[in-house]
Amino acid sequence: MLKGRAFAPQFASSRHRDETAELGMWVFIATEVLLFGGLLLGYFVYRHANPLAFAEASRHTDIVIGAANTAILLTSSFLVACAVDALRANARSASVALLAGAIVLGASFLGLKGIEYADEYREHLIPGIDFVFDGALANGVQLFFVFYFVSTAIHGVHMLIGIGVLATLALLVHKSGSTRRRAALHSAALYWHFVDVVWIFLFALIYLPGRSGG
Amino acid sequence: MSEIDYLNASYTLRSWFLTTDHKRIAILFFASLTVFFFIGGAAATLIRIELATPQADLVSADGYNRLFTMHGVIMVWFFLIPSIPNTLGNFIVPLMIGARDLAFPRLNLASWYLFMLGGTVTLFAIFAGGIDTGWTFYTPFSTLYSNSYVLVAVSGVFIVGFSSILTGLNFIVTIHRLRAPGLTWYRLPLFIWSLYATSVILVLATPVLAITLVLLAAERFFGVGIFDPRIGGDPLLFQHLFWFYSHPAVYIMILPGMGVVNELISCFSRKEIFGYKFVAWASLAIAAVGFLVWGHHMFVSGQSLLASLVFSFMSFIVAVPSAIKVFNWTATLHKGSIRFDAPMLYALAFIGLFTIGGLTGLFLACLAYDVHATDTYFVVAHFHYIMVGGMVTAYFGGLHYWWPKITGRLYSEGWARAAAILIFFGFNLTFFPQFVLGAEGMPRRYHVYPPEFQVWNVLSSGGATILAAAYLLPLFYLGYSLFFGARASANPWNAPGLEWQTASPPPEFNFATQPMVTRGPYQYSTDFEPEPQNA
Repeated sequence: MLKGRAFAPQFASSRHRDETAELGMWVFIATEVLLFGGLLLGYFVYRHANPLAFAEASRHTDIVIGAANTAILLTSSFLVACAVDALRANARSASVALLAGAIVLGASFLGLKGIEYADEYREHLIPGIDFVFDGALANGVQLFFVFYFVSTAIHGVHMLIGIGVLATLALLVHKSGSTRRRAALHSAALYWHFVDVVWIFLFALIYLPGRSGG
Repeated sequence: MSEIDYLNASYTLRSWFLTTDHKRIAILFFASLTVFFFIGGAAATLIRIELATPQADLVSADGYNRLFTMHGVIMVWFFLIPSIPNTLGNFIVPLMIGARDLAFPRLNLASWYLFMLGGTVTLFAIFAGGIDTGWTFYTPFSTLYSNSYVLVAVSGVFIVGFSSILTGLNFIVTIHRLRAPGLTWYRLPLFIWSLYATSVILVLATPVLAITLVLLAAERFFGVGIFDPRIGGDPLLFQHLFWFYSHPAVYIMILPGMGVVNELISCFSRKEIFGYKFVAWASLAIAAVGFLVWGHHMFVSGQSLLASLVFSFMSFIVAVPSAIKVFNWTATLHKGSIRFDAPMLYALAFIGLFTIGGLTGLFLACLAYDVHATDTYFVVAHFHYIMVGGMVTAYFGGLHYWWPKITGRLYSEGWARAAAILIFFGFNLTFFPQFVLGAEGMPRRYHVYPPEFQVWNVLSSGGATILAAAYLLPLFYLGYSLFFGARASANPWNAPGLEWQTASPPPEFNFATQPMVTRGPYQYSTDFEPEPQNA
């Protein structure tokens, strides 16, 4: 009775399955919001307690790489959105090419992040490994960099997972463009956009304090 | 062997360990949780033996710290939180809503593997030498001073959190998307409502624990002082983040128990639940308000008086939906045709014990009294009345109620009633004396105490002996019923729920045809007939 159906037994139709999968992704994103929310709460508590130190620490971050990475990630999100639309219009090879572009951009984001980490290592700004900072603000600056590294590292892990997901979907879409693939790509795109949105918050909190006006 | 059901469809190891059938995964969870329950129980037994005399005679101070930490960590994360959702919930939810499985069966299996991985890592930490921080992992002790396996244990808890999140996610999506035609929200059994509320907490609170443990691990491993006041870190921030998860976690532990009790009370008084909508929304209200009360764990930690006032007030507010439930269960019993079968005995015990636990919670929500009671046995007694008297009792009640459905066998009613009564008396004898001890000022987490406390401690340890024996009893008569129990009919309780309208044990895909629903969940009162289209 249930063998030979194109969708699992708990669903009534393939459309039912696809809509269910999308809801699953939204609930997962809700979880992720709270994960980063806890982290940002810690950041705000300490920034409130050490406003000068956080401004000073922020001036030691590399805003050029930060801004470039923001542009790169936003562009990759744009490509992923186009890939979803392309697959909906049955342009499979265009969709795969757009995904490949997004993957390359994602990888360059991580590459630039690595260069940034290396620079910070040379400047003795990595707490717990090599941290040297003189002056009265040293403790607050260290706290800033702890949150900087923990949050960018967790964001980086999300990027790696996202790249893996996009690569898998590029392969799957290359093989077939079924409605199931469309739904999966749609959910993957939601995840990628979410990782992008997290970065927009991180960019503002990491690079901008202490750089506005006086 | 007559019918093919989910148990006899296949006997290979692979068909169990790679199954995506929610019923088999429920059994996997049940077996694992039972093991963890008795490991945590063994630690509790050693604690009670040590406390039988005022002086140290079994363990050192340090060994005692490791013992109560092990008891707390195992019981909270490896028994109470997954108990009803991952066993009974996993089994019953799809059956109750007329679905063939949960929405994401492979995630469900992944949840079990994550649970086992987290459990193995935590057990490794315990047997390699243990952890001495208490289950709360308070900083700076856990980050700077403790010479125990904090990092390993924290990793285990971190991993098991993902198991919780996956299960919560699966339930939310399943309840939204896989309800049978005609099964509107207000026709859902209240067990489903309470598991839905539980899942919302699982999904929204657990990630905050995850990030808190990451920060704790980063501080301990790299020595960077996130919570270290010497460089401007704030130990209170850890407590805020920890309790932002761990107080809602209390509702993760009690809401499913309340859900089970709804089913039992209505079945064994043969009546609709009084005030269905109030009980349904009370679950969601508890989940929502439960997120806003965490500061009542920190009245003496040095948070501002204003914060304490607000948290105290919110803690009183959260008692309102809980009380609504208790009153509505009582009103359901009124003029019901009550039968005292074993599941009903557990349900009635739940109402009494939960009420005591809840009311003593209000003592602790009072700013003035809490200063006196903080870190005393009063707190210990209070939360054991909720967690053990409430949740574990409901777990046993639900287990007996659905046992014929799960296994296709009937257990011995006489033994089951005896065990239920023994658990009730053993429990009260164990924990009621602890209220007295706490009110008289005996602090928790010490293995020695002044001799004037001994009488109450001996009573408590004596009760614990009865309780331990009573908890072992079901292992025997339920185990016996698996092999020698009479075969159960599809609907041994004559109940109207959809789960009772398929065979016991259910076939692999639950229902031969898609069930339809045309009425509310508790149609006991008039001449009960199964819905014609499902007969």
